Amino acid sequence: MKATHVKGKDRGHIFLFALSTCGWCRKTKRLLQNLGVAYEYIDVDLLKGKEKTEAEKEMRRWSPRTSFPTLVINDEKSVVGFDEARIREAIGI
Amino acid sequence: MKKIDVEQKEIQALYGRLDKEAEASGYHLNPDEEFAKDLVRSLLINEKRYGYWACPCRLASGVKDDDLDIICPCDYRDADLTEHGSCYCALYVSQDVLEGKKAVGSIPERRPSAEERQKREGGAPSVAVSSLSLPVWRCRVCGYLCARDGPPEICPVCKAKKERFERFL
Ligand code: SF4
Repeated sequence: MKATHVKGKDRGHIFLFALSTCGWCRKTKRLLQNLGVAYEYIDVDLLKGKEKTEAEKEMRRWSPRTSFPTLVINDEKSVVGFDEARIREAIGI
Repeated sequence: MKKIDVEQKEIQALYGRLDKEAEASGYHLNPDEEFAKDLVRSLLINEKRYGYWACPCRLASGVKDDDLDIICPCDYRDADLTEHGSCYCALYVSQDVLEGKKAVGSIPERRPSAEERQKREGGAPSVAVSSLSLPVWRCRVCGYLCARDGPPEICPVCKAKKERFERFL
């Protein structure tokens, strides 16, 4: 999966499963940007075929119904949905 | 998949239409106009991408039959409005939210998983209806009922298309 990198402070590996069309995903990206942390994201709706299926499969580990946005931190915890307090807590900011 | 562009005037036109239709039937668009217009833009993108208004906040399969329940307005909007004050994307909000009595936020997904959805398919009405002179059709989006030979072209209440109706009785 080729993710987009956004530069910022290193706060561990922060990975966002998003949709290019979703309002809550946009808010999540904006929050991460404002927090100034480095993160990676993929817009799953822009993927095709095998790549899309793979991303969905990977996502299901964290969000069984593949709800967006799903934020995964250090491959160990996740926050599903745009919840500013929980996102801050998970990142430790 | 390449980026799809939508013109500002298309967004404006659809936003105006949805706002008018919503208000006429007791629904409301999110008063955060920028947020709502971003979602309207997404509906237009999805229309170009899939041929229908797939919900902007859900991953569409691209197969219309499998996405019918998440064509905007989706089958889950009204229940979410009642329970959470907004639809999943927060394009539509309740009166309380409109009046500022309640805040909107990300809400849990109500749409059942693909497996669960498949199981629910094909549940024909079980009530004995032989006494009815006409079948009764139900709009899956808003619950509107009508007794006629077939469902209407569009729901007079929520404007959902014919294919969103089910045989109720
Ligand atoms: S009504 Fe349903 S499909 Fe439309 S924006 Fe809201 S959640 Fe998405």
